[in-house]
Amino acid sequence: MSGQHRNHANYWAFIVHRVSGIALALFLPVHFQVLLLAVRKPASFDGFTAWAEAPLVKLAETALIVLLAAHLTGGLRLLAIEFLPWRDWQKSVVAITAGISLAAGLIYLLNVT
Amino acid sequence: MSGDRNVQTEARLWLAQRVSAMILGLAVVVHLGTIIVAVQGGLSAAEIVGRIGGNPLWIAFYAVFVIAIAVHAPIGLRSILNEMTSLSPRRVDLLCFIAAAFLAVMGYRVVRDFYLIGGGA
Amino acid sequence: MSEDTLTVSVWRGDGEKGAYMDYQVPRMESQTVLDVITYIQRRLDNSLSYRYACRVGMCGSCAMTVNGKPRWTCRTHVSKVAPDGKLTVAPLRSMNVVKDLSVEMTEFFDKWARAEGKFHPTKTRKDDFEKVSPTERKRKQASAGIECIGCGVCYSACDVVSWKPDYLGPAALNRAWTLVNDTRDGGQKARLQAIAGDAGCHACHSQQGCVEGCPKHLNPTASIAGLKRAAAMAALKGELK
Repeated sequence: MSGQHRNHANYWAFIVHRVSGIALALFLPVHFQVLLLAVRKPASFDGFTAWAEAPLVKLAETALIVLLAAHLTGGLRLLAIEFLPWRDWQKSVVAITAGISLAAGLIYLLNVT
Repeated sequence: MSGDRNVQTEARLWLAQRVSAMILGLAVVVHLGTIIVAVQGGLSAAEIVGRIGGNPLWIAFYAVFVIAIAVHAPIGLRSILNEMTSLSPRRVDLLCFIAAAFLAVMGYRVVRDFYLIGGGA
Repeated sequence: MSEDTLTVSVWRGDGEKGAYMDYQVPRMESQTVLDVITYIQRRLDNSLSYRYACRVGMCGSCAMTVNGKPRWTCRTHVSKVAPDGKLTVAPLRSMNVVKDLSVEMTEFFDKWARAEGKFHPTKTRKDDFEKVSPTERKRKQASAGIECIGCGVCYSACDVVSWKPDYLGPAALNRAWTLVNDTRDGGQKARLQAIAGDAGCHACHSQQGCVEGCPKHLNPTASIAGLKRAAAMAALKGELK
């Protein structure tokens, strides 16, 4: 039987939200661990930030920021669907959230380099 | 969080996730803004400690942030594990509870460290 | 292949065994997919099984999967979906196939009943009419969802239905929501109990395949959002089990 694929905006919004959520959940313990270094072993922390100057790491950080912003804006979109009166411009909302996420990433990239 | 799938629990978890989402909505915007400012000209341990350490407002902010995360992320993972794996409901609930405890403890340790920099005051 | 012939791939068989068979159908003006299927069954291969009734977009019987999307075939113009002269027609997704393009709708309607999608009266003929103003908020919310004719397109479009066999689905939940908003109904507690949980409204992730597909432009996602809020309120008050 033919595999049906939902190729509409809100489906992709769901996929992005789920993938970004998993990525953030995996990232957080690492983030907490590194932050502990800032107080307990500042020299190690500064060594870490030196390593993080590498362009590839900066890019990965930027990707993380985009994922965070995507999860945030997608989440706000969901909160609007679930709690506010319905609005019909759903597809535009998805486009706006995507735009804001990329903008956040870009702003971070510009500030960290 | 026990293994039984009663509807009351599902509804409450849904609400807890949405409320924590609202808190995180604000917290993440503040956090992202702060990070973008802080990374200008590089980031050092001393800079973070100087900005956050012992500051009661920041400590309170991050304490709330950590609690919201420890509620929000595990409930999200619960949906994913239920839908995309063949783990039993009991097993899923146990894993998510462990994840919540893990995040809470790790986050608590960081917040506590920064709190103690101010001499605990 | 000339411009005035369609190549139509039609699913023949049941849900497990079968294959797509190709038919060449003459193209005509204002032709609908239902016209095409009917042509095949009457002129080319009378062993083809399919369903229709009104053929004018009122009954919902002719719903099938056309080029990957669930649609009413009587309201789907060939010119809109097959500009290149190729059509693929399959039975609705997520329902057991009886034969070829006919599906088993029993489970779809069983879920309707399981979601307490039926009215529980509280008055007798001796009581006065319940006065419900059409401009009341609850009545407006109910009215937004009551035009459903149970065609199954939303159910077939829903990804969660396809992953989760016991998910009640958009149609059943939409109907339950219209009744949650019916001030005359006496079964609200049982209904909220029935629609909540991970076989109910909490399984919906607002992907809106249902909204995309509904030929009557109903909005099950909004109805399900309403059910989530109602269930949360009831859970806070400890009214659920």
